[in-house]
Parts: sequence; C-alpha cells; structure tokens
Amino acid sequence: MTPDTIFNSLDVSHYIYLSSVLFCIGLFGVLTRRNAIVLLMCIELMLNAVNLLFVAFSSYMGDSAGQLFVFFIMVVAAAEAAVGLAIIVMVYRNTRSTDVGLFDKLKG
Amino acid sequence: MKELTFLKDRSGHIKISKMLLSLLGLPPAFLILSFITILCALYVVTNSNPVYSVLALILTFFSISAHYVLLNAQFLAVVNLIVYAGAIMVLFLFVLMLLNLNKENEPTIKTGWYVAAAISAGLLLLILAAALHRSSESIMQNSAAEIGLVKNLGKVLFTEYLVPFELSGILFLAAMVGAVLLGKKQSTEVNSKSDTEPSEK
Repeated sequence: MTPDTIFNSLDVSHYIYLSSVLFCIGLFGVLTRRNAIVLLMCIELMLNAVNLLFVAFSSYMGDSAGQLFVFFIMVVAAAEAAVGLAIIVMVYRNTRSTDVGLFDKLKG
Repeated sequence: MKELTFLKDRSGHIKISKMLLSLLGLPPAFLILSFITILCALYVVTNSNPVYSVLALILTFFSISAHYVLLNAQFLAVVNLIVYAGAIMVLFLFVLMLLNLNKENEPTIKTGWYVAAAISAGLLLLILAAALHRSSESIMQNSAAEIGLVKNLGKVLFTEYLVPFELSGILFLAAMVGAVLLGKKQSTEVNSKSDTEPSEK
C-alpha cells in the first residue's frame, strides 16, 4: 500500500484516536506502576503518543514544523531518560530499591 | 453480533457500534499496525517483569516507526528507531540489568489503585474522544510527499529553527554532564557513607 492511498482512505481523526489511546495507556501505567524505571518507560510511551500525533498532523497539513517538534521532543526525552536513570541509580544505591513508594524522605 | 444488538438498546451507543464497524473499512496496514502498537503498549503497562516491559516497549517503538513511514515521515522513522529503540531503550535495559531488577522484587499495589487508575485513564480517553467527536472537521489535505525527507527537514531546521536546535545541543550537554555527575560523584559519597552508616542501622 502506497502512502498516497493511506492519506486518501484514512482521516487524521483515526490517528488522533490511536494516540489518545496510547496516551491513556501510558497514563494508566504511570498511575499503577511503582517501579521508577517502568514509570519512566510509561512517560516515554506518552511522549511517543504525542509524537505520533505531531507527525500525523504535520503530514496531513503538509507542514514540516510538526516533524521538527517531534525531533525536539526526542532530544528532550533522551536527556530526560539519561538524567532520570542516573537519579534512579543514585537512589537505588541509597535505598536498595526503585519503589517510588519508598521515595518519601522529603516529606519532612 | 450479540454485542451490537445490545449496544443498539441505548441510542448513544449506536454511534460507537457504527464507529467500530467502520474500523473494518480502514486500510489493513493501519489496522494491523495500530493493533500491534496498542497490544504492545498494554503489555508494557501490565507486565510485572520490567525486562519484558522494555522489550515490549521496543516493539511499540518499531510499530510507531512503521506508522511514521505510512505518514511519509521517513527521516523521523529512522531517527525514532536509532534514538528510541537503539539508544534510550538500551540505556533502560542496561540500568535494569545493572540493578538486577526482576519479577521477585517488583513492587506491587492494591487492586483498588488499579481500578482507580483505570477509571481515571478511561475518563481521560472519554473526554479526549468526546472533544474530538464534537469538533469533527476534517483537515485540509495538501500533503506533500517529500516533506519528511532529510533535505526538506534539514533546510527548515537550519534556517527557521536554528536557535532551538542550538539550545537543544546545550540541553544535551547539560544533561550529559548532569548524568555523569549524578552517577559518579554520588558513588564516592555513598561509598564513604556506606563504610560508616550500616553499622548504625
């Protein structure tokens, strides 16, 4: 199937629904999981849902700005993953766990 | 079919059943890819073994890259594979393996939290879908096929978006320095602490 027929037979709203579902799955993961690394992964999933929406709009409207924003989101996601994982490793050294339920030392 | 007659009992649900039926008329490539994407995403969220979660997330990224190819965004498809599936996920996998996290020490939560999270995520999905349903205006299609190629994206990136590009470079540098600092400096501190503190505990 060539991309041209995809554009003709598929509305952009299908991509909106798909990325909404992906975003909500990521949100469900963030709310339910207690492992900090899996939490970061769920955030990556939500970022990817947004990326997919950006690319869909950019392709359907013929504007390349959306794809560049995806590029910048990827940059931020990579930086976030690196720093987040460094923090998690650091916390693991102190608490021997990555359970976010244990990260309540700042509560006072 | 039994479900459809059940849905027709309430007038509001006729639209949903019609929508589900109209899904079958979509291009099979999109349907199959969406199915794989959502299935893998659900697997990421629900599986209790973090390593399997990472592998499922890599599969999700692959299918999202396939979506990008379908949408004529070839450059982003390749970048998504290299950056996400190649670099970030390997980083996650390395950390998981280094910390030796597996199913046994995976923290669990009460089922009530699951229900609450499912309800809130479902409500968000409902609101998004309802908002989309209200504003069902189709976007004008003047899609140029060559928009996602490196040539066009690079031209826009290095003219219009030059300042954000340079700023993201600085951000990367700061993140790199921060990650190294967090990973290294703390280790010496912890080592000196761990010599004294465990005896107190």
